[in-house]
Amino acid sequence: MTEIQHSAVLLLSEQFGFDASAWSRNRDNVRVRVDSERVFEVLKCLKTLGGFDMLVDITGVDELEYPNATDRFRVVYCLLNTSTGERLIVLTYVNDPQPTLPSAYPLWKGADWMEREVFDMFGITFTGHPDLRRILMPEEFTEYPLRKDYPLRGRGERHNFPVITRAES
Amino acid sequence: MAVGLPENVFMTTVNAAASWCRKNSLWPMPFATACCGIELMATASSRYDLARFGAEVMRFSPRQCDLMIVAGRVVMKMMPVLQRIWLQMPEPKWCISMGACACSGGVFDTYAVVQGVDRFIPVDMYVPGCPPRPEQLIQAIMDLQNKIQQTGTLNGTEFDTRTQPTGPQPFDREEMWRIEDAALQSKVGGFGV
Amino acid sequence: MPFEVSDLSADVDAAAGEYADKEYLWTLNFGPQHPATHTTLRLILTLDGEKVVKAVPDIGYLHSGFEKLAEDLDYNQYVTIVDRMNYLSPLANEIAWHHAVEKLLGIEITPRCKYVRTIIAELMRLHDHLLNTGTSALDLGAFTAFLYFFQQRELIYDISECASGQRFHSSYTRVGGVLFDVTNEWVEKVRSFCRGFRAVHTEVDGLLTRNRIFIDRTKGVGVLSKEDAINFSCTGPVARASGVVRDLRKDEPYLAYPDLDFKVICTTGGDCYARYLVRMHEMLESIKLIEQAVENIPSGPINVDPEGKAVLPNKSNVYQSIEGLIHHFEVIMPNRGFATPTESIYAATESPNGELGFYITADSSSKPYRARCRPPSYIHFAVFPHIIPGHMLSDVVAVLGSLNIIAAELDR
Ligand code: SF4
Repeated sequence: MTEIQHSAVLLLSEQFGFDASAWSRNRDNVRVRVDSERVFEVLKCLKTLGGFDMLVDITGVDELEYPNATDRFRVVYCLLNTSTGERLIVLTYVNDPQPTLPSAYPLWKGADWMEREVFDMFGITFTGHPDLRRILMPEEFTEYPLRKDYPLRGRGERHNFPVITRAES
Repeated sequence: MAVGLPENVFMTTVNAAASWCRKNSLWPMPFATACCGIELMATASSRYDLARFGAEVMRFSPRQCDLMIVAGRVVMKMMPVLQRIWLQMPEPKWCISMGACACSGGVFDTYAVVQGVDRFIPVDMYVPGCPPRPEQLIQAIMDLQNKIQQTGTLNGTEFDTRTQPTGPQPFDREEMWRIEDAALQSKVGGFGV
Repeated sequence: MPFEVSDLSADVDAAAGEYADKEYLWTLNFGPQHPATHTTLRLILTLDGEKVVKAVPDIGYLHSGFEKLAEDLDYNQYVTIVDRMNYLSPLANEIAWHHAVEKLLGIEITPRCKYVRTIIAELMRLHDHLLNTGTSALDLGAFTAFLYFFQQRELIYDISECASGQRFHSSYTRVGGVLFDVTNEWVEKVRSFCRGFRAVHTEVDGLLTRNRIFIDRTKGVGVLSKEDAINFSCTGPVARASGVVRDLRKDEPYLAYPDLDFKVICTTGGDCYARYLVRMHEMLESIKLIEQAVENIPSGPINVDPEGKAVLPNKSNVYQSIEGLIHHFEVIMPNRGFATPTESIYAATESPNGELGFYITADSSSKPYRARCRPPSYIHFAVFPHIIPGHMLSDVVAVLGSLNIIAAELDR
């Protein structure tokens, strides 16, 4: 593997002993893979010591049908250092049942709604989040739409309304 | 009177007069949810100028309107709101479903989008297109004016006869589950609805 | 259980419960169908007289499953859906999407295509800022600016209609190029648009920028500090109005931006007025960019050579030769398509609203395994409940307007 030039490589190997196997890159995306237990510490270290002051995005991927997948859910944190313009992607994996991660809200307030969306779409709970409710789907919706085992056209929820006819209205 | 009037002559004239008044002062309630709403705005602004048809008084309070223009897709969370607003509008009232999404779900054949508002509320005029050009919307309003002129009555009896929603009937829920699950199992993209 | 109308009040009760001891507070339900939201979002405001104590946003009234739909459509088809994401600037989304796809596949587009896409991206920036400044002025009672600006938008519609045949959702870009090459007529239209635009801009500038009422309604309203802007992940005009000097066009140059001369507009006010000023000045920079780019469009092919089997062949080739037809089918047939690496990528462009990024996970088939969009509206709206407390009820619309929330992008 080619050597990865990134300011966080040294930082994380000093602090957590990450070796080259944790790192990967695809074009200009530099990625580091972190255990789900340590993800909060790593993010905290990246924010306070590494200068990654902006959390660009949090998202999830359901790897149910992904080739050669080992875990169920991938959670992706995209970080950005606004003064140097450097980006870093932190990957972590969680599994059924009860996929759980620590919330990044104490570090970045922007994580608030992003985590709510991941919860809404994938059912991954974030412990320590101040207000983890569904955000896009209605409260009484019971499933997680972006999981791969939920069909694209739903299970008929969209047809489930009372019908108002002309004479009634 | 020496000359016997045919029955109902008086009533038809009153009906025609009432319809004429109504059709030339439609007050739309723009239920603009998505991209079609921007085209609705375009229709109302300078180049297309909806005011020429007496339908430019956009009122956002349903109590003041008699024409609902559903512009944009209506999703699961929005449907109860749409129905409530429809029920709040006073009679006589008409509804234009503008754009492919409002008519049939359009490109959004997904879990959240209602596949046509006409399944759940009555619709008078459908405007195809994604989004429909402003000319198309103006045409729809003119067609609606014609329709009002031809079928309108003073006391709105023309509405009483329509007891069914005009759109296709919604599927049985159990049926839906069965079909969708079968589609998922066999990994054939699904059958549409 | 059917979703009933009555659940609308549940949140209102919950919000009221927290302040049960303070009886003078009252709760106001704002939206989901309200003219000043321009879109479909709902706010539950707790008011003390006319002062907002707390705002709880409730979104999802336009959630239509964009990201799920991506898993069902291929890389070229999905462009029709991203179009509908930020409908104030449809083509900017397409450019962002195909920017990400081309980065995933490692396709380098041709210089001509770069210039055409740059012009379109800047036109879309105008498109967005025109409507946004127009409607936020409209909400504050200035109707004229809206009509002036909408007239300019119609001209941009004409330009995109001339390029692609559709005035609104053009679906113009393709992997490795665009749908049709641009014509001289198109170039002429862009030029004449540029000539006329500045006069209108000056006029509206005169109407609003030093207007006492407008300044009173926007200055000092909805202040977002620089630290907060970074902490809340704000990008684009909202962040730049708070003093964050960041513009992907300069920081991570893409398309033809490195060749062109433009400034990044920043102020430090962080209030609605600052955001308005940033947008107004960005429009002038955009017009400068368009003027430069349209005079320098390189000649040559607009699509990359379709040999790589990922790019659609030229339309005239498809209609006139059997090889072209076969090639076309190879790319678009559902069981063929083109191969992608089993990889993920995040790529972002500077859309009018901020950083519009796509995180694509590909699984070697011709459809994305997952396509996540980083929607700037969603992230900016998360700021709203934090900056509104303490303001008057009438400031709610001013702040909403200046954040430029677009429901389809907010909810996807
Ligand atoms: S019909 Fe097209 S333009 Fe109208 S709301 Fe639907 S997607 Fe948008």
